[in-house]
Amino acid sequence: MLTFISKRILEAIPTLLILITVSFFLMHSAPGSPFTSERALPPEVLANINAKYHLDEPVINQYFYYLGGLLQGDLGPSFRYKDFTINELIAQSFPVSAEIGIWSFLVALLIGVGCGIIAALRQNSWLDYSVMGFANLGIVLPNFVLAPLCILFFSIYNHWLPPGGWNGGAWPYLVMPVIAMSTSYIAQIARITRGSMIETMHSNFIRTARAKGLPKYRIIFQHALRPAMLPVISYLGPAFVGIVTGSVIVDVYFGTGGIGQHFINGALNRDYSMVMGVTILVGTLTILFNAIVDILYAVIDPKIRY
Amino acid sequence: MSLSSKKNLLEVNNLRVNFRTPDGFVTAVNDLNFTLAQGETLGIVGESGSGKSQTAFALMGLLAGNGVIEGEARFNEQNILTLNEKAMNRIRSKEIAMIFQDPMTSLNPYMKVGKQLMEVLMLHKGMSKAEAFEASVKMLDAVKMPEARKRMNMYPHEFSGGMRQRVMIAMALLCQPKLLIADEPTTALDVTVQAQILTLLNELKDDFNTSIIMITHDLGVVAGLCDKVLVMYAGQTMEYGTAEDVFYRPTHPYTQGLLKAIPRLDSNDEKLSTIPGNPPNLLHMPSGCPFQARCEFAKERCGESMPLLEEYAPGQLRACHKSVDGWVA
Repeated sequence: MLTFISKRILEAIPTLLILITVSFFLMHSAPGSPFTSERALPPEVLANINAKYHLDEPVINQYFYYLGGLLQGDLGPSFRYKDFTINELIAQSFPVSAEIGIWSFLVALLIGVGCGIIAALRQNSWLDYSVMGFANLGIVLPNFVLAPLCILFFSIYNHWLPPGGWNGGAWPYLVMPVIAMSTSYIAQIARITRGSMIETMHSNFIRTARAKGLPKYRIIFQHALRPAMLPVISYLGPAFVGIVTGSVIVDVYFGTGGIGQHFINGALNRDYSMVMGVTILVGTLTILFNAIVDILYAVIDPKIRY
Repeated sequence: MSLSSKKNLLEVNNLRVNFRTPDGFVTAVNDLNFTLAQGETLGIVGESGSGKSQTAFALMGLLAGNGVIEGEARFNEQNILTLNEKAMNRIRSKEIAMIFQDPMTSLNPYMKVGKQLMEVLMLHKGMSKAEAFEASVKMLDAVKMPEARKRMNMYPHEFSGGMRQRVMIAMALLCQPKLLIADEPTTALDVTVQAQILTLLNELKDDFNTSIIMITHDLGVVAGLCDKVLVMYAGQTMEYGTAEDVFYRPTHPYTQGLLKAIPRLDSNDEKLSTIPGNPPNLLHMPSGCPFQARCEFAKERCGESMPLLEEYAPGQLRACHKSVDGWVA
């Protein structure tokens, strides 16, 4: 297991390097610069700024300056927020995204798996059809529609919850972002769980368990759940990263101040180091959680040993 | 031994298994009757699709959701076909246990073999973990599993096919059931392992005084193990009698055909005798005898009516229009 983990860490380095290189050059080949704005700066000022950020040098030099900074853990200064470094901005916004993300993830996992199992066990009943109907609705309903609907219902018609803000993550501020984030994941997880649970319940070893005279709940929880969870777990790794970092819509609608806003503003403003910083963060998390999924696989399936 | 000398453990009366399918109603088992005394072994023989496995599933209450059962199966005087799931769970594995055809997939691949054995004892016998562990090791020893204690902590994929079937047999015998249903227990195994498993079953049958229903398409299996034989074709009983009678004095053309199709070491024939043709489609059963299309003796009568299952000699039943000695007029 230890060799497996160290191997995965070693593999991650070239992957990340490729990711950094590709996004760096793509970003810099896009037209415009962080300092193009509607009112043109005097050429002398622009030249000074460009010199300060090495923007007057060839891109390849800038690339190596950036890599040099990265090696020291420095994601560089923001081109937009003058007094902040990217490290500071991420340190400020990532905990917000992580908190929304972890809650959304837990909610999605519990409700999704629960609904999936219920639908599978009552296959082709009205319960199955209604659970799957809602699941389909959750998938087709984008969160940029769901978020304003939440605000309308919870804040404007009913005054139950504040329409936005963060307030250090107090729970009234957390509810709507979690609903908006988790709905489509609940739906996906429910669909995957249902499918794999139905398949597992038809397998021969479940027939053996029934022939033993085991009561139904023990067949489900002791014999069927583990194998039925395997496809769900492979979905959860990338899903978790998506939930934690993909809060663009939530940040925009609820003003929570998560990492999503930086991604979108960074891209719009050509804030090179900001986009790079968020990209590296998402990339690292993706690699990390895929590795965790692989480890979970080995925990669940005795045939897999590293 | 005559067919009803001892007290019957199991009496199956007019058992029918139907399936509702999108293409129509299919009768997989058609009016099956047999009895089984304590300690007796019955072989149910037939080709694929003849309804022999569905008979087993019906008795265990393991039919697919679209299956409908008619008739009765009295086990210890109690009709087990009408029991609800809870009552049936008290009989499964404790009184009637089953061994399945495919040992490779019939054990839970995600659970240690020991746990899969122990849970049966903890459920039905109320044993503690430690007691169940010791009893399971003992049972693995009884099915001649080498290093049984060590094997308890292993997963099914670490066992060979034959070893897995031994685990299945041990699992089935844990509660010393009165009846063991073995659904083609040797089909998925290679020949030498088949012989070992059959020898094992033969020994265990005597040790535990268990009745066995042995479902197979292999007449060789029946010969070594069974007291009685029931030959099924397209869901119906063709011939039913003592193993000796069915083997040495088969009277039904289908049984005769099956016996001729066994390869023999003492014969010089190059070519293996076969029964030409295929079993009928259960969705579109021909009128009359289902075997008529493949029967070398078939006459007009065979297409008109299904012959009744009649006792033509004490304890020997057959369903054929042709008389035992040939056609009469």
